[in-house]
Amino acid sequence: MTDAVQSSHDTPFVVKRSRFRKLLDNKTLWRGVAALVLFILFWEVCSQAKPWFGFQVPWIGKIPPPSDVFTSWADVVQRPGYWESWYLSFFRVFFGFLIAQIIGIPFGLALAVNKYFRDIFFPPFEILRPIPPLAWVPASIIFWPTTELSIAFVTFLGAFFTIVINVLGGARTIDIQYLRAAQSMGASQWDLFRKIILPGTLPSIFTGAAVGMGITWEVVLAAEMISGGGQQSGGGLGFFIWSSYMGGSMPQVIVGMISIGIAGYISSSLIRYVGYVSMPWRRLF
Amino acid sequence: MAKKPTKPKAKARTARKANGKARASRKAAGKASAAQIADQSGLVLRDVCRGYGEEWEREEVLTDLSLDILPGQLTAVVGPSGCGKSTLVNLVAGFDHPDSGQILIDGKPVTKPGKDRMVVFQESALIPWQTAYQNVVFGPKLRGDMSPDQIKAEADKLFETVGLVEFKDKYPIQLSGGMQRRAELARAMINQPKLMIMDEPFRGLDAMSRELMQEFFLRIFEESRRTQLFVTSEIEEAIFLADRLVILSNKPAHVRAIIDIELDRPREFHMLSSTKAYEYKRAAMEILHEEALRNFKSSGTQSDFVEAFSARNE
Repeated sequence: MTDAVQSSHDTPFVVKRSRFRKLLDNKTLWRGVAALVLFILFWEVCSQAKPWFGFQVPWIGKIPPPSDVFTSWADVVQRPGYWESWYLSFFRVFFGFLIAQIIGIPFGLALAVNKYFRDIFFPPFEILRPIPPLAWVPASIIFWPTTELSIAFVTFLGAFFTIVINVLGGARTIDIQYLRAAQSMGASQWDLFRKIILPGTLPSIFTGAAVGMGITWEVVLAAEMISGGGQQSGGGLGFFIWSSYMGGSMPQVIVGMISIGIAGYISSSLIRYVGYVSMPWRRLF
Repeated sequence: MAKKPTKPKAKARTARKANGKARASRKAAGKASAAQIADQSGLVLRDVCRGYGEEWEREEVLTDLSLDILPGQLTAVVGPSGCGKSTLVNLVAGFDHPDSGQILIDGKPVTKPGKDRMVVFQESALIPWQTAYQNVVFGPKLRGDMSPDQIKAEADKLFETVGLVEFKDKYPIQLSGGMQRRAELARAMINQPKLMIMDEPFRGLDAMSRELMQEFFLRIFEESRRTQLFVTSEIEEAIFLADRLVILSNKPAHVRAIIDIELDRPREFHMLSSTKAYEYKRAAMEILHEEALRNFKSSGTQSDFVEAFSARNE
């Protein structure tokens, strides 16, 4: 069987080129770069309209121009506090996110495959689900001994419900014929779960993960803003924005915002990559 | 029904699954060679009833359906659309249970799905996250009733038979409709079923691949003489393939007529234009037309939904 899998790599689907060459030939990449450059130029011109042309562009005119933002960024990257914020936010996001996956996936699968489990746990789940994660902040502060844990808990909630709903939906829509076919061939309940239900749910698991990751970032930043930079839980990108705002540095606020954008993009790329690797049959669409 | 001991000259492949005694009917014995069918067993349905829905909206799908599927023969079942052919398949496969009546294979009642009855489904039921090869070896690997070498040898042989050697490592989505059907045939055959259940297997294929698949399927059947229950809605397909043509009545379905198709084997396409084939077709069409007319008078669409829904919610 391993032979069979290995030989699939030999099939000459694409002419092999160096990775770098491929990157340069990639039209998608160049379009993306061009769009970014154009956007930054547009922003610069609009923000500088007052000194340059003598009139103010509404909305964008009030935002510091990219040149200011980059100057501020160049200054900020030299401070260790900025990188610590990156680390802290990433840690909080992935901590909450991971726990949500670890609990959410089995929980969702259990809801999908067991009627009794569903009957008992689905109603309370559905009542708790619509509560926005941020509404949990006060309760969370009381529940948990440290602020760090409170933030982690709120983050966890943000991802948990989305993951469970996706896993449940995904597992319930698996074609019954796959189950029947496997059953005829002598699959036990455990085989059905392992070989059919679990892989059949993987696409939904990754959809849930991608959406959940987005929510986790939203939640973590809001939680950081609320909790503030106490002794226990200093920094974080959310707090970075908040303190920059309090300090009256608008360019630095924008540095914080863009940092979050980049952090979110990295996170979701990571999930997409893991999904791509673990679902080879989906690459062919 | 006469019981005969397995002949020693039966192929080694089939001998493995033989369980000493097998059922062979008088009728079948005359057609295929005794050695070929001795170890195969037929399927018997006795007064099978199955309905769906609660009392007030209860719809009987099958009533008193009695049918012998003779060993080593290809029994084709046709009937008006929505007459319960899929219900019949589900019952025989063991996915569903009759309300009353008996379904016996080898003289033993059918209670649950098993590898002695493999189904080739209407729409492809190849598992999308497994390559063609992984799909084919799924059953034996799961059960562990064959050694890895044996599995590999058998699978390679089957891929040769169905002509998919270069496509072994492709995922189902990369295969054409016809290839998917062939991969599914291979997946069913590796389990050495006593009975193959084909549930409109060539539906949805274009006319060209459909004809090719029919011929291809015939070659495999005529070589192996594995008992087949072939459900279809195409009369010509049924006549072309079958030893016996079973026509079901309108819902609630029972056996309306059985026509023995006495065309020569190996079958060739030109036989379909013989007078004999034409006569079979005319006779079958007449009965089906009658049943279809009744279907229009008592429309059964709502029960189709009930059937589909209850199947989904098991």
